[in-house]
Amino acid sequence: MNTVTSSVAYRPPAVAAAPPPWRTLASALGARLLAFGAGLLLPLLLLGLWQYAVNRHWLAEQILPPPALVRDSLLELWQNGDLTMHLAISLQRLGWSLLLGGGAGLALGLAMGVSPSARVYLYPSFALVAQFPVIGWVPLLIIFAGIGEALKVAAISIAVVVPVALNTYQGIRNIPRALLEVAAVYRFSFLQTLRRLVLPAAAGGIFNGLRQGVMQGWLALVFVELLASSEGIGYLMVWGRQLLQLDIVVVGMLAIGAVGILLDRLLAWGEARVQGWQRRAY
Amino acid sequence: MTFWNKLRKTDLRGLVLPAALLALWYALTALQLVNTRLIVPPGAVLAAAWKVIAGGELLAGLQASLARDLAGFAVGSAAGILLGLLLGVSRWAERLVGPTFHTLKQISLFAWLPLLSTWLGTGEAAKILFIALSAFYPVALNTFEGVRGVTRAQLEVARVLGFKRLQLAWRLILPAAAPQVATGLHLALLYAWLATIGAEYLLGASAPGIGNVVIRGKAAFHVELIVVGMLLVGLVGMALNRAAAAVEARVLHWRGPAH
Repeated sequence: MNTVTSSVAYRPPAVAAAPPPWRTLASALGARLLAFGAGLLLPLLLLGLWQYAVNRHWLAEQILPPPALVRDSLLELWQNGDLTMHLAISLQRLGWSLLLGGGAGLALGLAMGVSPSARVYLYPSFALVAQFPVIGWVPLLIIFAGIGEALKVAAISIAVVVPVALNTYQGIRNIPRALLEVAAVYRFSFLQTLRRLVLPAAAGGIFNGLRQGVMQGWLALVFVELLASSEGIGYLMVWGRQLLQLDIVVVGMLAIGAVGILLDRLLAWGEARVQGWQRRAY
Repeated sequence: MTFWNKLRKTDLRGLVLPAALLALWYALTALQLVNTRLIVPPGAVLAAAWKVIAGGELLAGLQASLARDLAGFAVGSAAGILLGLLLGVSRWAERLVGPTFHTLKQISLFAWLPLLSTWLGTGEAAKILFIALSAFYPVALNTFEGVRGVTRAQLEVARVLGFKRLQLAWRLILPAAAPQVATGLHLALLYAWLATIGAEYLLGASAPGIGNVVIRGKAAFHVELIVVGMLLVGLVGMALNRAAAAVEARVLHWRGPAH
């Protein structure tokens, strides 16, 4: 954009006043560090309060385990493989449910979005059932599926289906009419329209649904594992609670939080990749 | 007249699937093709529903659950609005509290229950605190985003008009953030109901509540009771959703028709 059409003598004042580049870099870095340090302040304060409460014996040790004990249990459970085993089982359940529930939700959302007759027949029922809280299903599922693996996968799948189907459907419904008309002018076949127009245009909605689905699924997973389970991260917490070893419960919470952060980051990264081709104004 | 118009406008094809499923359910159980202890006939569900409604235990349970739900919701959303406002208005508050808030948010809701129940027992306090926690996050997050959505230009106009702090909050920030806050409250209402049911299932059903009805049904293998409880849970969830949407539309009426 180096157009030299107007005033040659014009000199922007900002350039003259700009500091050397290393200094802006240093101050940016300093601001970063300052923000990071400020963010650490509250956790450190809470940790200090926790340690202080333990030192002063405000609460019994069974009710408030010392931070060092939690750290030791975390290391121990990590090293003897218990934590990773339970986490792996939980994540496996989540994976299967994402595959099943996500697949079903995608198929349902696509069908309702693309076919008008599927929409009029299915959507009212779907909209009704979608408003039922996932957890309400669990007791009925226990009767039909027992408390084995089938229950967990079924419950988590239900949690995944609803947001995926809903967002896929809405993503497709929001495709501008004009785009579909262009596709018709090009005489796209049905499959071409689906592959080259509908799926890319609805990708944002689908991904949004997947994101909500993963989070809902993770919520349902922890619930089901707390309710009825003999392995998995939720079970680890129930077990610690029953032994009144709250350090194990806290370790479980830490693990669940870590997985939550990981899933969130992974999905954000995936979303950026999927939507990278769109040049958005803002 | 309006009724007939409405009937003509509703697409009856949407009723085909539920009607077919109901017919299938009825036929399977009437012809004894399935274990009727496991898949109970629709008639038995209606009879069980009538029995618990007439016995008053369903209504008492519903009342207890709703009271718990609304108490938790009120506490949690009030705290959420306060924190959201604080984080939105003050950069320093956001720097200090923001990272902790965003990290704790990632701990799945139900993971708090074992800890809460150890500290507070399985009584009303633990349940209400848990429900409050479930309502807190969506409200705080959405309020924060709503306040952040106030543009610099709007703030400058308020400065020019010489708004005091309170005026600023009341006449600019709250109205500007209202749509987002309403979204947060709507979400919180749904989450609070989920948390109510979850807490009643997980913390045992010593206290009355809808969860109690379902758990007793499960223990005695009365599938019809479970179905009744489930339907009620769903219906209440739906009613809360509808009510929240209606209130949202009403309160945000000044925005005019959808943008």
